[in-house]
Amino acid sequence: MEKGPGVSNTDDNDTSSNGTTRRGFLTQITYAGAGLTLAPLLVRTKNILPGAPPGSAETSTINLTVNGQKHALNIDERTTLLDALRENLQMTGTKKGCDHGQCGACTVLINGRRINSCLTFAAMCQNSEITTIEGLAKGDGLHPMQEAFIKHDAFQCGYCTPGQICSAVGLMNENHVHTDADIHELMSGNICRCGAYQNIVDAIKEVKNIA
Amino acid sequence: MEPFKLIHPNDQHTAIASSGGANVKFIAGGTNLVDLMKLDIEKPAQLVDINSLKLQTIETLSNGNVRIGALVKNSDLAYHPVIMKNYPVLSEALLSGASPQIRNMATVGGNLLQRTRCPYFYDTSFPCNKRVPGSGCSAINGYNRMNAILGTSSQCIATHPSDMCVAMAALGAIVHVEGLRGKREIPFHEFHLLPGQTPQYETTLKHGELITAVEIPAIPYAAKSHYLKVRDRHSYEFALASAAVILNVVNGRIQTARVALGGVGTRPWRAVLAEKVLTGALANEQTYRTAAEAALSEAKPHKDNAFKIELAKRTLVRALKTVGGMS
Repeated sequence: MEKGPGVSNTDDNDTSSNGTTRRGFLTQITYAGAGLTLAPLLVRTKNILPGAPPGSAETSTINLTVNGQKHALNIDERTTLLDALRENLQMTGTKKGCDHGQCGACTVLINGRRINSCLTFAAMCQNSEITTIEGLAKGDGLHPMQEAFIKHDAFQCGYCTPGQICSAVGLMNENHVHTDADIHELMSGNICRCGAYQNIVDAIKEVKNIA
Repeated sequence: MEPFKLIHPNDQHTAIASSGGANVKFIAGGTNLVDLMKLDIEKPAQLVDINSLKLQTIETLSNGNVRIGALVKNSDLAYHPVIMKNYPVLSEALLSGASPQIRNMATVGGNLLQRTRCPYFYDTSFPCNKRVPGSGCSAINGYNRMNAILGTSSQCIATHPSDMCVAMAALGAIVHVEGLRGKREIPFHEFHLLPGQTPQYETTLKHGELITAVEIPAIPYAAKSHYLKVRDRHSYEFALASAAVILNVVNGRIQTARVALGGVGTRPWRAVLAEKVLTGALANEQTYRTAAEAALSEAKPHKDNAFKIELAKRTLVRALKTVGGMS
């Protein structure tokens, strides 16, 4: 379920001056609008959130290694890796966009390879090293791809950015990029509604040239 | 999503023994199955996670054939040196499909079982004979721009979505399966079914049978081959039309031709009629065009997809020119 204000210390829960958190606010407006056009969306979303689904759920205790840290979780078997990260571990850096593997906002690295966490059951990731956007920086030192995204202004609203950066890091690991066209093709699994594509390509080229 | 039980067997025997019950499905990459489960189109009671099975290798056999384990990821197969060098048609088909993230998850075995992306199959508020047998086909009189023109029936016009399978059809691959009653090999052209009166049945795989490998034959001239995909956007989109072409041209004459089409058929479409035209003919534009006319001679358009007939012909001609050149 959505956590209320002050549940965790992640960025989405930063408390504003009037005591409302960003996530808390989003939750409130979601419920306020639920009787209107958002109703079908809300029903679908609730179905896939841990803690809320209908029917008698199969639950199990699983172990996930995220950014080098081991976590034991008691979860509904239906929980995707994306929901486990966001809702169970409160690691909200990984974003939920389409939730159907079409937008790339949920991209994380599994054993160094980029995947869509929305199409992966958390219980199937127990023997893997999962790296999220929160795990790329080393202490206060940003990952070179994060530095490059900032330097080249490779985002506007920022919602797709964690997925873009994780995907770009995966792209570097794969080592199949030779031209700009290769970057366009091999980043096609990440959609940017703001259209920051050219700057994203510039950021990736910068990291590639350093490497 | 309906609740299900998830088990993680460590060996093939246990996995197959666990699959006999009603409504049990194997899961590997999950890229299609998880999506369909979220939409309540697939509702398995039990999932058998097969990712711990030892089906991840690509090996060249003593007879020159290449055996690809069912759990090999699409990206690993596409970039494998033997595949890139000896079977570019397969590498290109794989790399034209989905996104890098999905190719890192999706497996060769799972790709064979990919379901159609017909919008009426995906939308549970519409009748669909594939999803609910006997309910009717919404696509035949609906919006059917993306639907099939070859192999359709009065019950279903859903397009088979896979790119990899089109290359496999041209290559004449062999599907290795194992079930409680033992192992068997299925020639690729016998693996996928036409919709006919029972579009809910898509393959000849029997309940509980596990795909263990796909074997591609040694075809020396397949080093000259090509997969051409035409679609609404340049990347990360399903085909409107595609062509897999493998030609053996000697002194300007085509000795052997292997051709398959994608985006137009209800199953990966081996273009046998085109192959007949090409075999023994001179490698030139007239031959290619005649072959393309033959390939689409049995096409049946619907309201919104008649354009696919000419598009598929031009796609095939272009791919034939790329591989066979002009003599």
